[in-house]
Amino acid sequence: MTAATTTGLVAYEDAVRRYDPVLGIEVHVELGTLTKMFCAAEVAYGGEPNTQVTPVSLGLPGALPVVNGKAVEYAIRIGLALNCTIAENCRFARKNYFYPDVPKNFQTSQYDEPIAFDGWIDIELDDGEVFRVEIERAHMEEDAGKNTHVGGATGRIQGAEYSLVDYNRAGIPLVEIVTRPIEGAGERAPEVARAYVQTLRDIFRTLDVSEARMERGNVRADVNLSLRPTPESPLGTRTETKNVNSFRSIERAVRYEVSRQAGVLDAGLPVVQETRHFHEEDGTTSSGRVKSDAEDYRYFPEPDLVPVAPSREWVEEIRATLPEMPVARRRRLQTEWGYADAEMRDVVNAGAMDLIEATVAAGTSAAGARKWWMGELARRANQDEVALEALSVTPAQIAQLQGLVDSGRLNDKLARQVLDGVLAGEGDPEAVVVARGLEIVSDDGPLLAAIDEALAAQPDIVEKVRGGNQGPIGAIIGAVMKATKGQADAKRVRELVLDRIGS
Amino acid sequence: MTQDLTRLSASDLASALRNKDVTSVEATQAHLDRISAVDGDLHAFLHVSSEEALATAAEVDAQRAAGEELHPLAGVPIAVKDVVVTKGLPTTAGSKILEGWIPPYDATLVERIKAAGLPILGKTNMDEFAMGSSTEHSAYGNTKNPWDLDRIPGGSGGGSAAAVAGFEAPLAIGTDTGGSIRQPGAVTGTVGVKPTYGGVSRYGLIAMASSLDQAGPVTRSVLDAALLHELIGGHDPHDSTSINEPVPGVVAAAQQGAQGDLKGLRVGVVKELSGEGYQAGVSARFDESLDQLRALGAEIVEVSCPSFGYALDAYYLIMPAEASSNLAKFDGMRFGLRVEPAEGPVTAERVMGATRGAGFGDEVKRRVILGTYALSAGYYDAYYGSAQKVRTLIQRDFAAAFEQADVLVSPTAPTTAFKFGEKLDDPLAMYLNDIATIPANLAGVPGMSLPNGLSDDGLPVGFQILAPAKADDRLYRVGAALEAALESRWGGPLLNQAPELKTTELAR
Repeated sequence: MTAATTTGLVAYEDAVRRYDPVLGIEVHVELGTLTKMFCAAEVAYGGEPNTQVTPVSLGLPGALPVVNGKAVEYAIRIGLALNCTIAENCRFARKNYFYPDVPKNFQTSQYDEPIAFDGWIDIELDDGEVFRVEIERAHMEEDAGKNTHVGGATGRIQGAEYSLVDYNRAGIPLVEIVTRPIEGAGERAPEVARAYVQTLRDIFRTLDVSEARMERGNVRADVNLSLRPTPESPLGTRTETKNVNSFRSIERAVRYEVSRQAGVLDAGLPVVQETRHFHEEDGTTSSGRVKSDAEDYRYFPEPDLVPVAPSREWVEEIRATLPEMPVARRRRLQTEWGYADAEMRDVVNAGAMDLIEATVAAGTSAAGARKWWMGELARRANQDEVALEALSVTPAQIAQLQGLVDSGRLNDKLARQVLDGVLAGEGDPEAVVVARGLEIVSDDGPLLAAIDEALAAQPDIVEKVRGGNQGPIGAIIGAVMKATKGQADAKRVRELVLDRIGS
Repeated sequence: MTQDLTRLSASDLASALRNKDVTSVEATQAHLDRISAVDGDLHAFLHVSSEEALATAAEVDAQRAAGEELHPLAGVPIAVKDVVVTKGLPTTAGSKILEGWIPPYDATLVERIKAAGLPILGKTNMDEFAMGSSTEHSAYGNTKNPWDLDRIPGGSGGGSAAAVAGFEAPLAIGTDTGGSIRQPGAVTGTVGVKPTYGGVSRYGLIAMASSLDQAGPVTRSVLDAALLHELIGGHDPHDSTSINEPVPGVVAAAQQGAQGDLKGLRVGVVKELSGEGYQAGVSARFDESLDQLRALGAEIVEVSCPSFGYALDAYYLIMPAEASSNLAKFDGMRFGLRVEPAEGPVTAERVMGATRGAGFGDEVKRRVILGTYALSAGYYDAYYGSAQKVRTLIQRDFAAAFEQADVLVSPTAPTTAFKFGEKLDDPLAMYLNDIATIPANLAGVPGMSLPNGLSDDGLPVGFQILAPAKADDRLYRVGAALEAALESRWGGPLLNQAPELKTTELAR
């Protein structure tokens, strides 16, 4: 019987009042190289099982690995973006363990000589607070194959009749990024964990080293957590919750482990150092295998590979071409656009930053671009349950649309109708305006005819207005707008009506 | 045809083919006939690929008839050690665990052999996963020494050496991790060369110890070895450890050496690789060869390599450590033998255990266990770590010795061929066979063994030459010079003195 089954959960708020959580996060990212870490097998998502393989990635007798230079470059990019030192010389090592998804029964990884080490990254929490996470190392390794357990009720190995292995994933280059213990997060530990992984995800995309799609497992996080009575106490015993693969799950897993470990400690029991599994359905974790010192991977330097020795010139070349990192870019754009913190946060959370940047680049004011993307377009995306960027309208089209409003050729209502046309695939705003005949009517002739008709139809209102009560004038304007199908400039209509009534 | 084509050296056969005196089909058939006639006794081959060999031969003959430019060795048949993967041909590495496995790809050296048009006669017997010095550890039975069928042909490449010594093939491929090319060469009266580490691609060699393994030629003459060395050597992008430089001019060196002038050459006798433990006849032939070299103009100097005394110990930590990891892939999950446990649940772990238990022989298990232990947490520094330090010391000894001498020499093996079973129950005695060959593997330097006479027991003795890394050509210069001098004294190759093998009537 494990401790977990005998102790209850402590309410999260209570737990973090009495214990100080310490995090440690290992993130694996699959690199978006064309070929695998050690052979020329194609890297692509969703291929027929065991079609993206070579003798090397199948671990056939006689096959030998060759390091993928692009993967090394990507690893260096990641290392530099995380402010790490890049090793002048580093080796691969063999991590020996028997498991059917590891074709050679050892994983070629890096052990005591990672390509990058001693770095840090600033992450921004929801309220804009900046939190620094220290990076211990980032190293290169190869992914394992994928097991599918068939015949059991749960898709798990327990109870399965047989298992299938797909080696398409075996040998895909990975970079594993390991933090130093993350201290000082306190009650915000779940948020810090989530924001850290989210920041890394954004960095991978910015660096263009991975598609970094969580749902495809391109980015996978293992979350270590321990509790201690006070920040001054020595580190407690940690658990490692494996493969927590969405941002929300990361937060939930940390919360749950805080509550669970607090329950164990409250009961006067030791936390068991072990691997735990996170359950998406109910947000709990359960015990996996017990991690003990008995687990021995028999690491030794990979004799089939020569050391990787990136020249300093190459590293500097890579550093010089690094794109601006997300947090820095966000700060710069916020300043340029003059958004308030809350506005900027909403923009980022809505995934609108790139779209607004492009719209501004196409000539729209920052305020105008935000109005569209965070207003009408956000509403439509929400209504269709799609991401903003999935709407079939480009920033350039929005810029054109706003230009039409700014020049007085469209009012807001007409502009929304033009947007309908654009989203319906009728072309650019200019084309929609022409095709649908939506331009504001600025010629007074047709307006005066409509006004006279409206005045004649509602003599009582004319009387009231003449009597000095301008309130009911809206009814006249409304009738005119209706008659002109909204294409009239309401301001001009008002002027003309007042003029006609002669008040 | 009046001439026995199987008696020709590879270079002579190549000339005959070039002059269109014979066809490759005739030459290949002659060797296949010889295999049929003598291999029932010798058992040098695990698999004979007659059809494929004759098809290649016919193709080469057609190309030659069409006047196409061909490789100098085109049409000369060859045997390949069964540790080298061959597309479409069974490859077992002498182990039950790979019984029935047909590789889907060719080793780089096999690609080069095929591209050059050498018909592959078949796959030769060996100690399981190249672990042994007698070929007695093959899962498929012993290979006999053509000089005495009661004796071992050396190992692990006993099959390749016996095939060449028994005139079943003019050329063969061997691999050498601690002496598996050179020691069989010594005890069968053939020539074997372990090139500089990285000189020949290891891609497609079923690995025993990655940092020590090296493929090389097994032949009946130094020139033939050079021809084959040049064919299989050179950089391979599939092997990160292969040297990215042109192959040293070994054929030219062999031709120069055969002129018999070694003036100015300094030959270093390694003090630690002679004397006690070496059979009297072996030592006597060695001393005579030194005289011969002196007569050719070489200067003989004595050098000391004090760390060689630890070579065997270091080797028996590094080799099993790497082997324990390299052999992990043989688990019944993807290829080869799969054994399900007799009772209890059929889980992956239990299938792996049952497969490895049934598929590996005792010597393999011994080394896997030894290596697993040596790499274990808490023991790594004491065993694997210390062994790597010894390796560095041995490299330094070599570096110092090559300051004083252009090549180093020693007997290849301490004794001539021993009888079957003599050392099978005494692993340490078996391991001592490689005492003189192992230092070269640990340092990555090239080595050659060539026959330098018969011991008092009438069995062949080998003479080892070692050169600095990437100076393989020196082996050939010295080897060819000594070979020429010895053969002129003997009136022909040493193998002419081997007893005739009993031939069985051909079925066809």
